[in-house]
Amino acid sequence: MTREGWTRLGLVAAGIAALEALCRTKVIKPLTLVPPSRMVHDLAGLLIAGDIFDDIGQTAIEVGGAFFLAIVLGVLMGAAIQATPRLRRAVAPVLASWYAVPSFVFYPLLVALFGLSTSPLIAIGVLSATPAMVVATIGGLDRVPRVLLRAARIHRLTAAQTLWLITLPSALPSLFTGLKLSFAYAFIGVIAGEFILSGGGIGYGIAYAYESFETPKMYALMLLVLIVAVGVNGALHAWEGRLLQRRQR
Amino acid sequence: MTAEAGAHATLRAVTRTYPGARPVHALGPIDLDLMRGEFFSVVGPSGCGKSTLLDVLAGLSEPTSGEITFEGKPVRGVPDGIGVVFQEDASFPWLSVRDNVAFGLRRMGTDPAEITRRVDYAIGFMGLKDFAHSYPAQLSGGMRQRVCIARTLVLQPRLILLDEPFGALDQQTRLLMGDELLRLWRETSATVLLITHALDEAAMLSDRVGVMSARPGVFIDLVQTNWPRDRDSRIVAEAEFGAVTGRLWGSLRAESMKAIGRAG
Amino acid sequence: MTRLFDSLAIVAGILLLWTGVFEYAGDSAITGPLQTFRFAANLLGRADFWQHAQATLSAFGYALAISAVAGIALGLILGLHRFSGDVAEPMLASLYTIPKVTLYPLMLLVFGLGVSAKVAFGVIHGMIPVILFTLSAVKNIPQVLLRTAKALHLTPMQTATHLLAPAVLPEIISGLRIGFALTFLGVLIGEMFASQRGLGFLIINGINSHDVKRTTAVILIVITASVAANGALLALDRRAHH
Repeated sequence: MTREGWTRLGLVAAGIAALEALCRTKVIKPLTLVPPSRMVHDLAGLLIAGDIFDDIGQTAIEVGGAFFLAIVLGVLMGAAIQATPRLRRAVAPVLASWYAVPSFVFYPLLVALFGLSTSPLIAIGVLSATPAMVVATIGGLDRVPRVLLRAARIHRLTAAQTLWLITLPSALPSLFTGLKLSFAYAFIGVIAGEFILSGGGIGYGIAYAYESFETPKMYALMLLVLIVAVGVNGALHAWEGRLLQRRQR
Repeated sequence: MTAEAGAHATLRAVTRTYPGARPVHALGPIDLDLMRGEFFSVVGPSGCGKSTLLDVLAGLSEPTSGEITFEGKPVRGVPDGIGVVFQEDASFPWLSVRDNVAFGLRRMGTDPAEITRRVDYAIGFMGLKDFAHSYPAQLSGGMRQRVCIARTLVLQPRLILLDEPFGALDQQTRLLMGDELLRLWRETSATVLLITHALDEAAMLSDRVGVMSARPGVFIDLVQTNWPRDRDSRIVAEAEFGAVTGRLWGSLRAESMKAIGRAG
Repeated sequence: MTRLFDSLAIVAGILLLWTGVFEYAGDSAITGPLQTFRFAANLLGRADFWQHAQATLSAFGYALAISAVAGIALGLILGLHRFSGDVAEPMLASLYTIPKVTLYPLMLLVFGLGVSAKVAFGVIHGMIPVILFTLSAVKNIPQVLLRTAKALHLTPMQTATHLLAPAVLPEIISGLRIGFALTFLGVLIGEMFASQRGLGFLIINGINSHDVKRTTAVILIVITASVAANGALLALDRRAHH
């Protein structure tokens, strides 16, 4: 690991240790925050008991479904927009102000449209995550060097070959940025939706635990959310690094 | 049309105009016979349509008027047997040097043993042996251009078009790359068309040099060099070389001034 | 001319989609465009609406000030100190991906119900992008600019004001634009859970009491304001980048 990596690890460890000490010495009241060790212990307990598997499963389906749909829709829409300058000029303001719209306020509407199930939450995830993928696809396609497309024609590649062998690898760095952001936004959108109005999922679990004063369970679930968000982001980052590593330097 | 000598590619009254609110007449009319196996260079002021000439000859874009043939057949789209080396770095950054060079052969479904043999040869020929498993980002600009040349060479093109391939390299590297190019030309007996803005490069490498005018580019001079086939960069020391370069500049000077005046 | 036409077409498309959704879902989920505009105009003329709006705006003002000042300061420090920046950047990017809504119970426990919780919510949403944009702007200052400054014998102060500030300003403006929108979003979320006042409260209250008319109208007003502010900042952003 690099010096930066060790420093990061050290900082996180120090932060957790400090929090642990403050909680143990009651400087931070137990009602406000439970010690990190307790959170880990409680989370392990919940996982072993298995009663949160339904919530985890629901959230996983929603986030996974939203992420997948956002990638497919985002790439298709991005490609269409990039290929049509006039469409691009027209939708640019919409794309640029998308994240200024709190998409989870549409949740009640989506419930009315899709019924009370996992679908409205998937829809919220898709609404939050797709624009990032659209923007990343447009950016990636913009950055395909023209000379490589000319080289493709000299090699007499078919349109499909050009797409697969030249366009996709050229756009890959930008697409990866889109993947990371899309996952984050799908996750944030789904959890927020569950949190506000839902009968299941991790977001709902946190809200429910809070309202029923089950502070330890609440913190255990918050820790789970934190681990998933940072873990998936880290995994995508590592995958990206492996794929793109040789291209840099 | 399999004669050893004779015209390999021909351009007849070829012009190219870029359409638009104010159409730009970029090229022509151009008449040219590229002889089989010759090394022909095109020099001209910047923006004179040199690259447009290469584009239409390679079938990358269609001429507005006129007729182009390659090996007796009219050019419609990119013909088989033509290789192009571009001015910009066209190496694929996601492929190793070896995979870059093998790219075209793999697309054609060539037998793997044959691919290995030809790729090894091309990599060795271009002096890339120690870098076969490196990626373009780890190489210098000159080495990357070698990768692109090897990638073209491995397909055994009968006509090689080079669009200012050494434009981004320093002078010494360019002279050495010129030697490589001459060696490649001799070994493959391909016809070579080199677009360049460097007079010394054109004078040293070519059998014939076409001098182009400012836009719209037409040939204003054709210079025959009479170098031996096994020449190399050391001919820059000869008096004859100075004479050729001098004649090229004589034809080009007024045109270059026009081009600069227009740019300013 | 075609540009105006295209913009109008986009607006028409949105209204058409809205009407379609309304026709399909009925008035238990959403009100139609015309009715919503009318009710929104009505709301805008009422004093109690403006009390809520003012509560949101003042919390937003505090949050934005903190996000901007602290965000730029931290971004500058991390950008200038290479090692700290390299350590912090991935950590900040990870923090950015956490669903911050889930932190709301913690925020409530720390700050209590009221303005400070809303402000805190705005800041945790809005500050990270400002830091990240500033950091990358400073990190990417071309070395040749600094060498030029030395060659021209500029004082550190002159270097900062005449070379560095203009070099990093466009990126900082981009960061502020995103920080602006996210801070607003954060404040709204904060109001939805941690407040009895503000536009976010109006929305969640409307949702909970099934007051579709009011909810739709408030959402329309909020989105219009947010998109308009973003448009203005986008124009500023474009000018700074040229």
